[in-house]
Amino acid sequence: MKYAAKRIAMLLLTMVIVSFLAFAAFSLISGNTAEILLGTQATPERVAALERELGLDRPLLARYAGWLLGFFTGDLGTSFSYKQPVWELIAPKAAVTLCLSALSFLLIVAVSIPLGVRSARQAGGRLDGVWTALDQLCMAVPPFFTGILLSWLFSTVLRWFVHGNFPDLRADFPGALKYLFFAAVSLAIPRAAMTVRMLRSTILREMRKDYVRTAISRGNDRGGVLYRHVLKNALVPVVTFLAQTMAEIVAGGIVVEQVFAIPGLGRMLVASISNRDYPVVQAIVVILAFWVVLAGTAADLINQRIDPRLRLGGGS
Amino acid sequence: MKRMNGYLKAGLVLTGLLAAVIVLGYFWTPYDPTAMAVGPKLDAPSLAHLMGTDNFGRDIFSRVLKGAGTTFAIAVSTVAIGAVCGTAVGAVTGYFGGAADEILMRLNDALTAFPSILLALVIISILGPGKKYNVVLALGLVFIPSFARVTRTAFAALRDVNYVKSVRLMGASRARILVVHILPNTMSVLLPALTIGFNNAVLAEASMSYLGIGATPPDASLGYMLSEAQGMFTMAPWYALGTGLMIVLLVFGVGLIGEGLQRRGNEVA
Amino acid sequence: MKKKLLALLLLVSLLGAVLSGCGDGSTDRAPEDGQNDTGSTEAAPHANEITVGIAQDLDESLDPHIAVAAGTKEVMFNVFEGLVKPTSTGDLIPAVAEDYTVSEDRRTYTFTLREGVKFHNGDTVTAEDVVYSITRCADTSEGAPLVEAFSVIQAVEAIDARTVAITISEPSNEFISYLTTAILPADYDRQDTAPVGTGPFRFVSRTAQDNIVLERFDEYWGTPAYLDKVTYKIIENADSIMMSLQSGAIDLFAHLTSTQAAQLGSNFHVAEGTMNLVQALYLNNAEKPFDDVRVRQALCYAVDKQGIIDLAFDGYGSPIGSSMYPAFSKYFEEDLANYYTRDVEKAKSLLAEAGYPDGFAMTITVPSNYQPHIETAEVLVEQLKEIGVTAKIELVEWGTWLSDVYAGRQYQSTVVGVDASNMTARALLERFSSTAGNNFINYNNAEYDALFAQALASYDDAEQTALYKQMLENLTANAANVYIQDLADLVAVRNGLEGLNFYPIYVLDLSTVRWAE
Repeated sequence: MKYAAKRIAMLLLTMVIVSFLAFAAFSLISGNTAEILLGTQATPERVAALERELGLDRPLLARYAGWLLGFFTGDLGTSFSYKQPVWELIAPKAAVTLCLSALSFLLIVAVSIPLGVRSARQAGGRLDGVWTALDQLCMAVPPFFTGILLSWLFSTVLRWFVHGNFPDLRADFPGALKYLFFAAVSLAIPRAAMTVRMLRSTILREMRKDYVRTAISRGNDRGGVLYRHVLKNALVPVVTFLAQTMAEIVAGGIVVEQVFAIPGLGRMLVASISNRDYPVVQAIVVILAFWVVLAGTAADLINQRIDPRLRLGGGS
Repeated sequence: MKRMNGYLKAGLVLTGLLAAVIVLGYFWTPYDPTAMAVGPKLDAPSLAHLMGTDNFGRDIFSRVLKGAGTTFAIAVSTVAIGAVCGTAVGAVTGYFGGAADEILMRLNDALTAFPSILLALVIISILGPGKKYNVVLALGLVFIPSFARVTRTAFAALRDVNYVKSVRLMGASRARILVVHILPNTMSVLLPALTIGFNNAVLAEASMSYLGIGATPPDASLGYMLSEAQGMFTMAPWYALGTGLMIVLLVFGVGLIGEGLQRRGNEVA
Repeated sequence: MKKKLLALLLLVSLLGAVLSGCGDGSTDRAPEDGQNDTGSTEAAPHANEITVGIAQDLDESLDPHIAVAAGTKEVMFNVFEGLVKPTSTGDLIPAVAEDYTVSEDRRTYTFTLREGVKFHNGDTVTAEDVVYSITRCADTSEGAPLVEAFSVIQAVEAIDARTVAITISEPSNEFISYLTTAILPADYDRQDTAPVGTGPFRFVSRTAQDNIVLERFDEYWGTPAYLDKVTYKIIENADSIMMSLQSGAIDLFAHLTSTQAAQLGSNFHVAEGTMNLVQALYLNNAEKPFDDVRVRQALCYAVDKQGIIDLAFDGYGSPIGSSMYPAFSKYFEEDLANYYTRDVEKAKSLLAEAGYPDGFAMTITVPSNYQPHIETAEVLVEQLKEIGVTAKIELVEWGTWLSDVYAGRQYQSTVVGVDASNMTARALLERFSSTAGNNFINYNNAEYDALFAQALASYDDAEQTALYKQMLENLTANAANVYIQDLADLVAVRNGLEGLNFYPIYVLDLSTVRWAE
């Protein structure tokens, strides 16, 4: 319990650092919000007036303090570009990205765990080399390249989904999932391949340990040992790895959303960075970071359940 | 000499071949990679143009050679920056622990959780856009945390190993212990990490260019070319396939080397 | 062994189920060439609506007096109208006003409002609304007025419920062109998020980064629009535009590249208009080496306009030689486009004279979201190479371009297209007077300034036109910029759609567009 509390405290600390970095980033980045909003009609007077209106004339720390206060009272501010509350603006996009990430994550887990176990069991087998090479090949395919091919094949040629016509998540959930499926596949392929490789090598390392050798030499069935003991221990690093995968999916999603024209957080983030719409960027960064850090924390807590010894050495 | 395995051999051969082609591309390409109208526009692959031509009538094969060079150079430098800085951070935090460890690791977590695109954009913006090596610096910085994490664990594990304890007793300086005595022993972790890092760097550079914040035309990198190619996919699929395959092969070759290195490491251990 | 196989089988069948599930929802899987004519994917008759793709989201504010982006005006042209409005042939016709008279001293314009013109919220347009709209744009309390040319307005008065008089300080031939400024209801304060105008379409909704929906306004005073509903879909990624067109998500898309247009396939036809932009390699005249007229002229001699049009635009586009495009036939002089013909030797000798016998290195800053400009810059780099000038392209975000290049003027050269906000020569030429706030090329020419002052003061249309033409020649002779072309506007139109008209300004009028019977 104490460990969990410590993890959560660290999580909060990380979030504060992330949000501050995002904030500071905007004072460093070139391009002035007010000038962009006013476009070719900017005059010094209008820029100054707009900056006053948006509160951009206050010092950085004051703005950050204001934002932090707002955040803890549930107010993410108002978008500069859309004059809408940030939360209203990004909630639907966050839902889309969540679905995409979750779908992709499920695919990775569903495919890689059986394949990883299989790969480990067949280590040294006849086709082992071919499988390993194939695995490496899958790792080498950039998601946006697969994305281009898949969207051409399934949209332009086969017309299984209508590229550019993403159904409303609430109105047509199955339709939206179908659309997201192809993006999820292109995101999942390299990460699934990495997970397979990861699982294989941890299982093999575990198999070489004395307790396993002893168990097998005592005449226990190899498969039984694998499932009863090895898999459990081998899962620890894999869970950690899957948490990192979650982070990678979120990052990779930014590009894949562009390829498939999915209205998710990634597109919103890229556009808001261009518009220097920092309340929106700030909110998205915090959401994405929360996601990543949460996955990491969850992995730690899960691992601790699998292997309570980790609790002792945990914090280092 | 440790034994070479099949993966290592295959990987070295493939990467060697590609490297040779890339080096060749620095000195000679069938056509000037930026010269326009050397053939008809969007021409299908032929003997004259192995990968066809693009919308300006430029030879795609020449551009892929050159682009692969750009991508390769960016990836290698990125990994170099990430590995050197990351290892330094990992060594210090892993070996000494304490408050510095705690602070750096928190910062590390924060950087990991930070969308890399925003981070890269910020860095490029600070350095002033358009300078050629900004992408490298930006990506290098993005890669520091992952290297730091890997090496930190290794250094922390080796801190209390007997032989390290004994050199410490003999009065060796901390720097000497870290560099001479521990670093070589982390190679089994570091080398595969380097190959994975390389692959991630190629993909990251490609993604950045795809979003328009990487290399600039006409000296295209593979990612930039691929994003151009998507718009012409129905008319000139070879453009996207040619550039895409080059990325895949580049990453595949180094991936095989990584696989080989790791297997060799396991056999020895 | 069996278990493993079973697991794999299960997985495969699961994937299969998902995939086949995906197939069921689609409307049509007929091969592309199978069906005849109409080409639409639906078999049923068309719903009377279309989806139009646009490459960027609209401005943060939809208020037509505040919004500045050309892309926003292009869409909102369908929602708003002024006292007068432009036609596709370049004339002005009365809109909210039914008629107007100009006083003897040419300083007072008296407008009679059309009877029964309704705002989209159901209110009738009154003289009070007109006074509000004009006064708002002429207000100088925040520095420059919202409409620069309104600084000449002295008084705006409602004479009765249907008559408004506007008095200006000095006579001006061009003043009427600025009265295309939108008329808005006086007592309505949500223009920025839920705009209300008098146009043929009314605004329904907007989803950030995703779409804007308009519907036909049934109480429109003029010829009603044909379509019931128009959805603008924002597709920022240029690469997925093609996929969206081919998949059937979009019926109409303007501003295609020629490469995109060439691969549209049989479901679309391409309508060709002009973009009405002055595309040029804009040079910072205050920056070395471009402060030397010989260097600028050398660049002009180095560039082959037609070559750029052929290479990057498949021959679509019209070469220009000054800050004027062909649709403004009143001012456009075709000869200026041939003032500098490609002459590498001449360019080299000019460079040598200026002290750069071996050429120099320069940077071309290009906003990364405008593909045609990037491609133009790529060809420019190749052409400049031949006179020994090594140009490097620097892609920047639009935001960075605005603050560094346009506002900050910290750049060497840039490729962009400059548009006219209304149909006057002044809209294109005022920016090059040395004191103009938006003179981003730092052009400073005493003769030009004098000509401009004369043109503004001139009441005689022919004389004014002649003065503007002299200003255009001045820009060409002094090689203010390396002028390239007015881009062709290629619009992908789904077969069966008709009635699209092109305008001499940057708008897309959808009120005449309809599905063929």
